[in-house]
Amino acid sequence: MSPLAFYPLAFVCIASAMGVVLSRNPVRSALSLVASLFCLAVFYVFLQAHLVAALQIIVYAGAVMVLFLFVITLLNLESDRGLGEKPVLSAIGFGAGAIVAGGLIAALSRTSLGARAVTLVPTFGTTKVLARQLFGDYLVAFELTSMLLLVAVVGAVVLAKRDGSYEGDEQEAAVPARSEEASH
Amino acid sequence: MEWLIGGIESLGVILVVLTLSALLLWVERKGSALVQNRVGANRASVLGIMPFNLGFMNTLMADPLKLFTKEDFVPANADRLGHALAPCIALFPAIVTFAAMPFGDSVSVAGRVINLQAVNLDVGLLYISALASMGVYGIVLAGWASNNRWALLGSIRGSAQMISYELAMGISLVSMILLYGTLDMQEMVRSQGKLLFGVLPAWGVFYQPVAFLILLTAGIAETKRVPFDLPECESELIAGYYTEYSGGKQACFMLSDFAEIVMVSGLVTTLFFGGWQVPYLDSNAGLSLPGMTPVALPGALITALQVGSFGVKVLFFCCLQILVRWTLPRFRYDQLMNLGWKKMMPIALLNMVATALVILLVEQGR
Amino acid sequence: MSDDKARESAGAQFRKAEATAADPLSEIMELQMGPSHPACHGTIKFHLRLDGENIIACETEVGYLHRGFEKMCEQGTWNQAIPYTDRLNYASPLINNFIFCEAVERLCGIEVPERASYMRVLLSECARISDHLTCLGMGATELGAFTVGFYMNEARELLYNMSARVTGARVTVSYGRVGGLARDVPDDFADMIRAAIKRTNEVLRDSEKLLERNRIFTDRMVGIGLMSQEQALSFGLTGPLLRATGIAYDVRKAAPYMVYDRMDFEVPVGTKGDNFDRFAVRFEEIKQSIRIVEQCLAQMPGGPVIADNAAYVLPPKKDVYGSIEGLMNHFKIIVEGIRVPAGEIYFSGEAANGELGFYLVSDGSGRPYRVRVRPPCFYGMSALETMVKGYMIPDLAAIFGMVNMIGGECDR
Repeated sequence: MSPLAFYPLAFVCIASAMGVVLSRNPVRSALSLVASLFCLAVFYVFLQAHLVAALQIIVYAGAVMVLFLFVITLLNLESDRGLGEKPVLSAIGFGAGAIVAGGLIAALSRTSLGARAVTLVPTFGTTKVLARQLFGDYLVAFELTSMLLLVAVVGAVVLAKRDGSYEGDEQEAAVPARSEEASH
Repeated sequence: MEWLIGGIESLGVILVVLTLSALLLWVERKGSALVQNRVGANRASVLGIMPFNLGFMNTLMADPLKLFTKEDFVPANADRLGHALAPCIALFPAIVTFAAMPFGDSVSVAGRVINLQAVNLDVGLLYISALASMGVYGIVLAGWASNNRWALLGSIRGSAQMISYELAMGISLVSMILLYGTLDMQEMVRSQGKLLFGVLPAWGVFYQPVAFLILLTAGIAETKRVPFDLPECESELIAGYYTEYSGGKQACFMLSDFAEIVMVSGLVTTLFFGGWQVPYLDSNAGLSLPGMTPVALPGALITALQVGSFGVKVLFFCCLQILVRWTLPRFRYDQLMNLGWKKMMPIALLNMVATALVILLVEQGR
Repeated sequence: MSDDKARESAGAQFRKAEATAADPLSEIMELQMGPSHPACHGTIKFHLRLDGENIIACETEVGYLHRGFEKMCEQGTWNQAIPYTDRLNYASPLINNFIFCEAVERLCGIEVPERASYMRVLLSECARISDHLTCLGMGATELGAFTVGFYMNEARELLYNMSARVTGARVTVSYGRVGGLARDVPDDFADMIRAAIKRTNEVLRDSEKLLERNRIFTDRMVGIGLMSQEQALSFGLTGPLLRATGIAYDVRKAAPYMVYDRMDFEVPVGTKGDNFDRFAVRFEEIKQSIRIVEQCLAQMPGGPVIADNAAYVLPPKKDVYGSIEGLMNHFKIIVEGIRVPAGEIYFSGEAANGELGFYLVSDGSGRPYRVRVRPPCFYGMSALETMVKGYMIPDLAAIFGMVNMIGGECDR
């Protein structure tokens, strides 16, 4: 992967990641996250992991973030008021960030930077190979994860079903939704 | 050299898609006029010379000129960046998905094998599915950035509709993946070159009619056209999520509408109707009718026929989608969601499971 | 920062000002639909209170097209009120003309010649066909079936062409006069009518094929906007809205006027009172109107088209310019107006939307003392709030389309 391709992409990725944290508007923040995930997918493509890139876009950028954005626009949350309000909290935040950054720099200085030329198997990252690994070696983990997802979906449906203690419910009870019966 | 060929092919694909979108606008205006027993757009002409009664000048030149030179206003208190970004985000996936669609077989020119496909991805179908799901952002952003309650209502409806029908579309795509055993679009088209029972071309629609119907319906729902055009219907929401757009930005939305039509047509053609395959025409052996010896044809002619066949099939499905728009009324929102979640998704799931079972039995029997 | 605050106001509109519920998704949204809204043809405003997309309450606000019809009638003479009646139900202006003229004629005690009566019935039915085509076409267009709308517009064009040929205008016809009609029809009248009927029949056939068993259409219309017979009667509904609930009340059959008692036609009636029944009732009424038109054409007698009554009808021009009595007669009628005998009358006829009634009070002079209109769609508007409760916004567009509120008639 040539530096000509890597550095601009990395710049965009980091800029959008910073945009997530620094933007005051929640919608802009969510969109920056989408841009950052998209850049990650492009990185995966450069690393010859095509399937992971496609799945990253389909699942993360295309489904999860859409729902995030959905909720943000529906609720129209207030914009953040910025860091200036609570100096103690921002000091703690900067301190924690400095510690993490220091740790990262220490860890990176132990490894040698720079890409090593690695010859990949021609079928590296293809769907067939990945599928064989996933459904062969890691079958149990896969099935357990899908069970976890199922539990999460059922829990979300149960939580979303309103159990009738909000103000709109009395009016709703008085005016049954007639279009429901109509369409069946 | 690879880059150059890939670049030329990509540029060609983009240009063809944009031109086809503009052409489809003309087909829509004149075609709808034919269906509705009226004349349609026929006024613009150049010094009275051009065939103005065919409406070419109106749609292909006067309309774009008007749209791009109109005043571009952004409503007060709207998010200017979002307002400008939304049409770009809506247009981008519609055009870029074409990179993975094969419009011809691999030809060998001057000793070099050129694949008539802008980029041959291993995960071609997933790439298309991924980028189709990115189109939702344009809708959400357009409605939110307009600072208009009606636009927001339209965009919320639109995005919910799109992500619901992506499911049915994806599951029917999975049935086709099971059938062909690969994600590579070029391989899928090549495997449709066989003959079924020795007579019928082995197109996907004969194997999977249910998946075809579901994909076509879900595709029309993705492009938000009638009967699924509730996000942009005029009688309730004025213009839905693009109410506050005018000029070039509205032109982008319309262009993305038609480009998505072309995308859905391309997908249906590639998966179900043999892509660039011409029935009884083999890429190497020439014209091979069943029961007769193959007639060899020059390679250039074969390639031209194949590319032309792809174009004809895509055009056919585009015209079909346009015709459907002018025939059917539109769904109400809850009926639309009912259809997507309670009817189409279970049918697609059952179809996929049945396909898997049949393939398993056939493989075991072999 | 300031633009964020300004954008908050758009979001705050979503929340009720005094919302106390913790769950923001449960709040009632207030939305105002109209008066300029593509679905509100005829300028009307709906204050909607919505839960998501379900309509909890709908308050109709009429009056955006109020032009003071009733007061204006008192300023001019009796015949000068006729152009105002054109502007009542502007989708079928001929019907308004003729019902008003009938009311004045009954107050005066004039007998209208037979040819004029037949012509009035024929033109009323043509206007009714035109009105129903407008309503059905616009209703289908609002549901997304654009093609049906265009087909019906095309058939309606032929009727407008006929109207322009006979009366001189497509909408502002002013064709009726107290005592008969303004002038006789041209020679190609019957051919134009027959061409229009032929095209209307083709359009009805095509629309039936496109819509009747179309699952999308029936899902959108069946069971929507239900109204029971008791509710309809209590609101004072008449016309297709009432007949859709099952009550077969048609003024042309209940209290025949003009020559309706000589016409053989049926009154289509619905069963459930839902939107589909209103659509179907109007559809069938077009067919029945075509029957009446054909009978009128067959039975049309010759003769004068206006009564020969010097007190109420302008003398022919050759007398006005030829004799002094004609000149004086013409002068008196134009300047003072026709002297309708003092008294009052309520007369109603079946307009396209229902029972259109005129209550006239005369004080014996040439100017009306009071002209009161009973507009049929006004009662439909008060019934709309009941029809719409519990359904969704797209249903509101469909129901309102089928109620066929004509702004000119509702607001006068």
